Amino acid sequence: MTEQSDQQAPAAASFWRDPRKRAIVFQVIVLGLVLALGAYIFHNTLHNLEKRGISTGFAFLHNEAGFNILFSLIPYDETYTYGRTFLVGLLNTLLVSAIGIVLATIIGFIVGVARLSHNWIISRLANLYIEIFRNIPLLLQILFWYFAMLPLLPHPRQSLVFDGSIFLNRRGLYLPKPITEPGFGWVLAALGLAIVGIVLLSRWARRRQEATGQIFPVFWTSLAMLIGLPLLAYGLAGAPLDWDIPKFHGFNFRGGMTVIPELVALAIALAIYTAAYIAEIVRSGIQSVSHGQTEAAYALGLKRTATLRLVIIPQAMRVIIPQLTSQYLNLTKNSSLAPAIGYPDLVAVFAGTTLNQTGQAVEIIAITMGVYLSLSLSISAFMNWYNKRMALVER
Amino acid sequence: MSESSVQQEYAPGTHPDWDPPVTEVGVIGWLRENLFSNWWNSLLTLLGIYLAYLIFVPLIDWAVVHADWSGDTRDACTSGGACWVFVKVRLGQFLYGFYPADQVWRVNLTGALFALLILWLTLPRIPYKRVAGVLGLVVFPVVAYFLLHGGSFGLSEVETTKWGGLTLTLVLAVVGIVAAFPLGILLALGRRSEMPIVRALSVAYIELWRGVPLITVLFMSSVMLPLFLPEGVNFDKLLRALIGIILFQASYIAEVVRGGLQAIPKGQYEAADALGLNYGKKMILIILPQALKLVIPGIVNTFNELFKDTTLVLIIGLLDLLAIIKAALEDPNWLGYSIEGYVFAGAVFWIFCFGMSRYSQALERKLHTGHKR
Repeated sequence: MTEQSDQQAPAAASFWRDPRKRAIVFQVIVLGLVLALGAYIFHNTLHNLEKRGISTGFAFLHNEAGFNILFSLIPYDETYTYGRTFLVGLLNTLLVSAIGIVLATIIGFIVGVARLSHNWIISRLANLYIEIFRNIPLLLQILFWYFAMLPLLPHPRQSLVFDGSIFLNRRGLYLPKPITEPGFGWVLAALGLAIVGIVLLSRWARRRQEATGQIFPVFWTSLAMLIGLPLLAYGLAGAPLDWDIPKFHGFNFRGGMTVIPELVALAIALAIYTAAYIAEIVRSGIQSVSHGQTEAAYALGLKRTATLRLVIIPQAMRVIIPQLTSQYLNLTKNSSLAPAIGYPDLVAVFAGTTLNQTGQAVEIIAITMGVYLSLSLSISAFMNWYNKRMALVER
Repeated sequence: MSESSVQQEYAPGTHPDWDPPVTEVGVIGWLRENLFSNWWNSLLTLLGIYLAYLIFVPLIDWAVVHADWSGDTRDACTSGGACWVFVKVRLGQFLYGFYPADQVWRVNLTGALFALLILWLTLPRIPYKRVAGVLGLVVFPVVAYFLLHGGSFGLSEVETTKWGGLTLTLVLAVVGIVAAFPLGILLALGRRSEMPIVRALSVAYIELWRGVPLITVLFMSSVMLPLFLPEGVNFDKLLRALIGIILFQASYIAEVVRGGLQAIPKGQYEAADALGLNYGKKMILIILPQALKLVIPGIVNTFNELFKDTTLVLIIGLLDLLAIIKAALEDPNWLGYSIEGYVFAGAVFWIFCFGMSRYSQALERKLHTGHKR
């Protein structure tokens, strides 16, 4: 009996020999150290802030900012609050990121496919693009476009003109501004109708194909609906859209939409730099689909385009999309280099000017980091969801 | 019928081979296969040649043919091409910042030692890698500090405010990666740990730093760090930037190392346990040597990214290579040579980064030895 009880409780050895108890003690020590460090920093910060006469808290967000911002998507002037400043900066960050993402995706996919081309020259050129732009710091590229390339553009008086309505000079890019008139709601309604129609159509086509095997040209029909319906509504409503075309007046352009050169330089640099990474992702994604898949598809009698669309691209996308999202995230984070050329993004107007004016370093840095952190956490949450959905179901 | 009977006259292996058609081998065959296999391919080739012509002819013309190389002032730049005189005149500053001219040998010596160590570590033919590793990670940083900063052993002190140019870029990148390495390994082990609190803390740390851009970290370390410390304690600007870079970089290294830890088969962990090794011995003797070997390419890539990211210190006012070139471009005597300045900076960064990425690719191929799962 005594022997058995000994066997049942071998862990009755000394306290330190039990890994579980040791782990608990260790964790308590680690947690204690981290908390102590946090308390120490907290104490020092409070003390330092008190000495400098800075009051803590977020009340400053309601104070009047008193400085203007070069470029804003929403109404803004000196009389708005710091809270509004934050919003302007955030929107500017999102704007440059969105433009950068679209451009980078287009360039990246073209270069990535060109890299895989059987044509030697094309594939070498694509490789050159990738190797050059990936291995030069992004900040250097931003400065290059802004300080070295922008001055090569002409003065406003000799602007480059495209189509009589788009002007490019060293002060920026001037585009016609759409002005909607009352009937424009019908065009939007037609667009919405087209989208609903496409969803219904593709469902019906899939069901019909599953039932009968007949293929319906969904893509072309959808495209026709997407373009045709709004166009039809536009015509019927009597062209309810007008363009405010920029005109040269005195020393500068009036009217239209102005894209400031800082935005152009930053978006171009971000797009070109990130496109080099995206190209590599696209290349490795397509190469990751084994050649056997192509051969099997051909053996089943699929045509070349059908093989690409139904076999290769879906499998390549499984590899590409997670990496692509992380590049989008990188691009968004990299847009924080804006202060180097004075584009008023979140970091420039909020963590820069607002911080200097108010001295609320802790709050402002915390908010700024919080914005980027929540962006990246939500994107990684999306990625996890996507990976789970797309993961190979293995037997 | 007659053809097959002709073929049968030869015993296997004795057929007098004909040369393949000239259009299928050699230069012509290669051209046909790679550039002109069909009309679409031929069109692409012509397009590519035209594109290359558009890019390279003006570029070479500007950078080499019509460039000015000799002289000391901007008056020497007359031929309309690149004015490399600007770079030549300022080269000392670009490399050493405002380091006193008579002390520059100290920077050169440090650089030479560093280059020797790198050669020792990277060239496969030179033995005793472990010695080189210990020298590089432990001895070299101390020697380099005393050489660069001085203040003892009869060397005059050179304040960090005078450091700049390529020297500063390399100091930031190398210190950043070397100092972040141990912290990164600890975090990776913490993330793989079975203790929930340790794991949660590691995950929180890693995700927090990976989620924010480096520039906000640099802002934080330059603006908030003085607030975090007790009164009177103050670091110089370089050290504050370095602390930010190290904290940031550790999280990236942690993720790379975690990849290596996950690639080690479970049997290795179990075998170490079966031998009765405790956690420290298991990791130091069995797991980490294998895992770290696997992640060397990843570490080199991380270093590459960090090397490029060091340029961000420009925004908080340190004079690294890019910042010092940007400052030189604002000199009224040399206005208007931005392209030369940035192209030079780009070329320097490109050489380092391209070299590193090639090295990591070669290493990846070498380490890809079958047994990897």
